[in-house]
Amino acid sequence: MDVVLFFIAGIGAIAGAIGVVALRNPFYSVLSLVAHLFALAVLFLLLLAQFVAAAQIVVYAGAVMVLYVFVVAYIGGQDQPVRPQAGGRLTALAILAAACLFAVLIIATLGSGLSAIDSEGARLGEGFGQPGAIGELLLTRFLLPFEVASFLLLVAAVGAVVLARRRGGAGAGEGLTVAELFRAPDGVGSMREALGRPTGTNAPADAPAGPREGLPTPSGVSTEDRA
Amino acid sequence: MSIGWYLAISALVFCIGAGGVLTRRNPLVILLCLELMLNAANLALVAFSRMHGNGDGQIFAIIVMVVAACEVTVGLGVIVAMFRRRLPIDVDELRALQG
Amino acid sequence: MRYIVTSVKTFAWICLLAPLAGCVLNALLYRVARGRAAGVIGTLFLFVSFAAAIAAFFSLQDLGAEERHVRAIAWDLANTVGVDAQLGLLVDPLSVFMALVVSGVSALIHLYSVAYMDSDRGYSRFFSYLNFFVFSMLLLVLAGNFLLLIVGWAFVGAASYLLISFWYRRETATKAGIKAFVINVLGDVGLVLGTFFIFRHTGSLDFLNTFGQAGEVFSRNDGDLVAGLVLLLLGAFAKSAQVPLHTWLPDAMEGPTPVSALIHAATMVTAGVYLIARMWPLFELAPAAAAVGAIIGTVTLFIAATIALTQTDLKRVIAYSTMSQIGYMVLAVSSGAYVAGLFHLMTHALFKALLFMAAGSVIAAMAGVQNLDRMGGFRRAMPFTFGCFVVGGLALAGVPPFSGFFSKDEILAYVAAREDWHVVLAVVGYVAAFLTAVYTFRMIFRAFLGEPVEEARELEAGHLHHVDVHTNPVSGEVEDTDVGFPGADHHIAEREMPMKVAMALLAVGAAVAGFLQIPDVTEVVHDFLEPTFAGSVYFEDLHPSGGLTALGLIVGTVLALGGIALAHLIWVRRPGTAERIRERMVPLYRLSLNKWYFDELIDLVVVRPARHLGGVAQSVVERVIIDGGVTGGASGAVRAGSAAVRAVQTGFLRYYVALIVIGLVVVAAYFLLQS
Repeated sequence: MDVVLFFIAGIGAIAGAIGVVALRNPFYSVLSLVAHLFALAVLFLLLLAQFVAAAQIVVYAGAVMVLYVFVVAYIGGQDQPVRPQAGGRLTALAILAAACLFAVLIIATLGSGLSAIDSEGARLGEGFGQPGAIGELLLTRFLLPFEVASFLLLVAAVGAVVLARRRGGAGAGEGLTVAELFRAPDGVGSMREALGRPTGTNAPADAPAGPREGLPTPSGVSTEDRA
Repeated sequence: MSIGWYLAISALVFCIGAGGVLTRRNPLVILLCLELMLNAANLALVAFSRMHGNGDGQIFAIIVMVVAACEVTVGLGVIVAMFRRRLPIDVDELRALQG
Repeated sequence: MRYIVTSVKTFAWICLLAPLAGCVLNALLYRVARGRAAGVIGTLFLFVSFAAAIAAFFSLQDLGAEERHVRAIAWDLANTVGVDAQLGLLVDPLSVFMALVVSGVSALIHLYSVAYMDSDRGYSRFFSYLNFFVFSMLLLVLAGNFLLLIVGWAFVGAASYLLISFWYRRETATKAGIKAFVINVLGDVGLVLGTFFIFRHTGSLDFLNTFGQAGEVFSRNDGDLVAGLVLLLLGAFAKSAQVPLHTWLPDAMEGPTPVSALIHAATMVTAGVYLIARMWPLFELAPAAAAVGAIIGTVTLFIAATIALTQTDLKRVIAYSTMSQIGYMVLAVSSGAYVAGLFHLMTHALFKALLFMAAGSVIAAMAGVQNLDRMGGFRRAMPFTFGCFVVGGLALAGVPPFSGFFSKDEILAYVAAREDWHVVLAVVGYVAAFLTAVYTFRMIFRAFLGEPVEEARELEAGHLHHVDVHTNPVSGEVEDTDVGFPGADHHIAEREMPMKVAMALLAVGAAVAGFLQIPDVTEVVHDFLEPTFAGSVYFEDLHPSGGLTALGLIVGTVLALGGIALAHLIWVRRPGTAERIRERMVPLYRLSLNKWYFDELIDLVVVRPARHLGGVAQSVVERVIIDGGVTGGASGAVRAGSAAVRAVQTGFLRYYVALIVIGLVVVAAYFLLQS
């Protein structure tokens, strides 16, 4: 039973990986990655790491991938033709590099003479892979990494906000001061304002009427009002 | 299945991810392939955790997931910023180092 | 005693450096010197040099016979591993003798040139060069080691080049200068190589040291010694215009007449003779080399005498006669007749300089034309010049009691006294003496006797012939009289006192100098030179018997007078005889007129292959091998390498990441393989 499941999940994972790399449309790549993540979760379950599997599905496939879907929907929907000047040789070189890397890794791991690799694993204690065990480890042995990780999340969130902030037009905006960060927006802080589209009812500090020069018109992005 | 199988899958996915990073031109897809590589590492970690019989590998895998999430956030923010400034979404355009 | 040595050294240095001072002074003052000032300065310094030479002579005689070789060393030039190069002079009878001859005759030639070169735009330059030449020649004869000898040798060659091409806008003159210089450089190479061959064994550059060690270091006819001496002889032959390195001397007549008188009659061409005489210890150890010298000397004296019979350029006749007389001197010093050879050097300097000066006067009367065919009957117009010419000619032909008679016959007598195959050389010498008399008086009779030509008649009327359009006497090209070409005016002896004085003094010398060395009667020169040649086998023992000497004197006189009579017959009494003889002996005439085809031979054997080799070197070696292979190859390799490396910098991000991955793989593989 395990073996069958293993093979199904394994093939699924590999197929998903190949799909990510080979599919031309970025959107399909994202979906392929989602499939890959699900297969990986099954593999985690087979390895008796229940919490990690759940976290994988909830956090990774659930949150991170949704984020990806958003951005892909916003930006990159085109198919990417391979431009000849860059293409053939680099691709061959890349495949060669990857193949070499694969060979080295296989030799390193499987050829290392570690006898435990051939086994099913050690004898497990009670509660291996259960949330309780994970929580206990996180709050005792790995408290510092846990706290640092949360701090890292905070920094990432702040960074994302800063990066995505709208400056003024296509050129580099004026420097962002701290006071500006805390200033209340002129309008209601809607998405429409953020995109610089006229909202009609709001304060004159709004973006001027009409589409501005620097306003990008990406193809394939829905321009419906999200306000 | 012995642990070796899991490690083999991990290595394979890792290398597919590496090949994808080197081959694709769309930065979004490159980030996706990076995710592949991270996930392959996660799989290896969990497999080793099973092999040793303690939960250290799993904790590591969770932390990796957290880091991956942060990285995706910031990376996508950069790509959106690039897109907003009408820079081409193509890593081959970054050719200032040529020659 | 010490103070005498000091005074000898002092006088030697003054004698050497006075002409150099004159050269520098004339060079610096060339812009401000007016009229004949530069000439006066140059001549004055030369007279100072001559006076110093006389003073050195007297001081030297005050020393005992064994001490009469004084080393005057200024400082060490290089005193490293085994090489003792010093700035040092050797003052002994031979060098003082040479210094007297050189400075004396040079002083008189300077005096002559003061008037002769007037109106030439390069007057100061002329005297500067002339002084520099005398300095170089004195350096050569006073040198105390091989190094200074070579330096003096090279300077003399350079000065000769400067003076031959004095009229530097004349193409014939510059070509002649280059020809002289190239052949002289060939001789320089021989000199340097010869020095090295000798130095290798003796380990010293100093003359006295070398000669002292020669007996122990070299065996008789030692291979290295013979080779070294033959190379030295190469240098001597180039400088003294012996066959086959003689072709530069006739062309060197392109220089002004005083230059021909000084350099190519009295001094530079005698450097080779001095060299052989100076190296007598080495030559006596290597009779093979001495034999080479004797044979070449004889060959030269004969060939030159035959060529002089048919030349039509006045100065070239005198040039070939110089070549011939130097052949006599080389024969003499190579055969052990040192005193005879050096004595002939002295008398030859006197009468040859006189002949050149007189020739210069005649050429001036002809307004620059040197062709004998166009001269005639100057006897009444230029009596003084005619008289000088006759005195010089009698001395050259060897008519008693003029000086040439005593010196030339002494040479032939001593050579015959060797009694082996040298007797053949002596016989050839006598034949050539006959020819000498013939061609000398041919020259005199054609130029001075017979019907006066137009220029002579003009001069008799009191008017010196003058041309409006100046031309090159050889090629006929039109010239002007600015710097680089001869001046507008010509000066003849009858009208210029300096020229008269110089020529008169030389005429007196040519007439009476012979009495210094009458065989077995007054042996002034022999006694004077004895300290230098002490220890020489030939100096002591070689002596013709009384009978041989008397026979030689009589035969010499007969040949000389017979030659003059023959010349008189052909060119004066029965005009037209010359043409008839020429028609009957066309091949011999052609051989003589074309200088025995030496120029053509050298062109074929040396010049053409050299030119071809140069062409090959330029097109193949230079272009293909060096430009293409070495510089092209090296730069091409670098360029290819950098192009290969540049290919890595594609600028693509993915490419760089790929390289990182590959690097990672390599490192991991290395560590895997290690374990």
